[in-house]
Amino acid sequence: MSSKVIASTSIKARPLSPSEIDEIEHEMTLYPDKRAVGLEALKIVQKHQGWVSDESMLAISRYLDIPVSDLEGVATFFNLVFRKPVGRNVMLFCDSVSCWIMGCESIRKHINDKLEIDYGETSADGEFTFLPVPCLGDCDRAPVMMVGPDLHRNLTPEKIDKIILDYSNKPGTGKTE
Amino acid sequence: MVVKPLTKNIDMSRPPMSVEQYQGAGGYVSIKNIANGLAPEAVLQLVKDSGLKGRGGAGFPTGLKWSFVPMGDNAPKDKYLVVNADEMEPGTFKDRLLMEGDPHLLIEGMIIAAYTIQASKAYIFLRGEYTESEKALSQAIKEARKAGFLGRNILDTGFDLDIVLHTSAGRYICGEETALLNALEGKRANPRAKPPFPQVSGLWGKPTIVNNVETICNLPGIISHGVQWYQSLTKGIDHGTKLFGVSGRVKTPGCWELPFGITIREVIEEYAGGMQDGYELRAFLPGGGSTDFLLPEHLDLTLDYDEIGKAGSRLATGTMIILDDKTCPVGMVGNLMHFFSHESCGWCTPCRDGLPWVDQIFIDLEQGKARPNDLQVLHDHVEYLGPGRTFCALAPGAMAPLGSALKHFKEDFDAHLSKKCCPYGTH
Repeated sequence: MSSKVIASTSIKARPLSPSEIDEIEHEMTLYPDKRAVGLEALKIVQKHQGWVSDESMLAISRYLDIPVSDLEGVATFFNLVFRKPVGRNVMLFCDSVSCWIMGCESIRKHINDKLEIDYGETSADGEFTFLPVPCLGDCDRAPVMMVGPDLHRNLTPEKIDKIILDYSNKPGTGKTE
Repeated sequence: MVVKPLTKNIDMSRPPMSVEQYQGAGGYVSIKNIANGLAPEAVLQLVKDSGLKGRGGAGFPTGLKWSFVPMGDNAPKDKYLVVNADEMEPGTFKDRLLMEGDPHLLIEGMIIAAYTIQASKAYIFLRGEYTESEKALSQAIKEARKAGFLGRNILDTGFDLDIVLHTSAGRYICGEETALLNALEGKRANPRAKPPFPQVSGLWGKPTIVNNVETICNLPGIISHGVQWYQSLTKGIDHGTKLFGVSGRVKTPGCWELPFGITIREVIEEYAGGMQDGYELRAFLPGGGSTDFLLPEHLDLTLDYDEIGKAGSRLATGTMIILDDKTCPVGMVGNLMHFFSHESCGWCTPCRDGLPWVDQIFIDLEQGKARPNDLQVLHDHVEYLGPGRTFCALAPGAMAPLGSALKHFKEDFDAHLSKKCCPYGTH
């Protein structure tokens, strides 16, 4: 046998930052079982780092003593855990039924043209990642989307232009550090 | 007397009421009633007598659900109350209104529910995308704790309760109560086999009640004003009020608290202002994406669980989605199938493999690549993914709009095949 090292074994856990540890420790007081904190820890790391890298995944796995395969199973199950880097602002674009009836496909097309990205892609300048999201529960003001934590309603091409301009000029919401 | 117990404090033009304002408006009276000697059994009886049914979609009687929780000295010490705030049913936008508009109402309801089953810990399982709800609820929980409605020995009752706000990370299946419990335990949100039911063995194997936000928000009124008042609210068969919503091409889409028993026509024509100019009503889903299409001939049906059931659909979440005459019904159903296919948890084969197949046929129909036999394949799926054929209700829910669409819009499906494109043009 050759001494070839499989890719994953060369990945080292990165040290969690003090604030990440503080927040994970706080979550641990809220649940009777450490395993329940796995998703919370993924979200905490994502809040600070923008996404969940393999190095972060290993760090959480060790810190909470959850097998990395279990943690990866959870991370890939949920729509909002990002296992690839994302832009400074994540656009969650509602593509469900009421928004579709109210013309969200033409808004999507406008974003495609304006930022030259479609679902799953990040703009060349790293400002925006464009993702579809299931029904955002604001159907009486369709079409809607979120940018970072903010909800934008009754979308029109003009509103999209303004949103893109506004977020390009302000600190990103994907990462807080 | 109060006629809109769920929304009387809601005014979205201002922030939600603080704990002081909420108490000033008659809030937390039910907790004082409890503190004055209302035993858990008495509360359970009131909820049973009220006739309250779950507002999450299934319409199961709330008091009956609670009555399966083991009580007394031999019951497990740890029990849990979980509020299902993972609102993600397509076209459903009612729980958001309650949480962002009047978060203390939910907390008051949670105290009542937890007290009844004697659970000292409660979780709100909130959709991660609901950032405004998260802010409103966090603030309200803090205020309620400070005011003595949460914490140890609430109002000298000897009853303790802590509420933890858990934000999820986006999967529709988490709305299924046993999948939700797995998610809360930090696992993949696959549904669990029943029995055992959560009331006996739920979160971490302990007795657990999972109730929808709107269901819980009905409780303060019932305990504060009594069963007779509650039952006087309805105009129809089911008791109390319900949030009804309308989205699609109507003049004034929205969500309103209305008594059961009013007609669908009243909601669509009066509250939602009727169809927008230039559009006509073709059909509608009465209660979110997992319900069967109803037609204009059903407009005079009254909004009660059984009445909608008799017409072959479900009241479900009570939020209607309107299909107009300029929108392609095949495209609309295709959108729903894409959603359900994406949100299948992958646990059972019919759902995991069947829904993507259905989704692909709709893409083919849209692109003119579908074959005549594909419609038969869709019909077959309606049967194979129907109630009782899958592990949970996700796939049968998806088949409701599909099965009814195949019946009502046959000419549109045929036109996609014969014209080899969508006759309504691109979307």
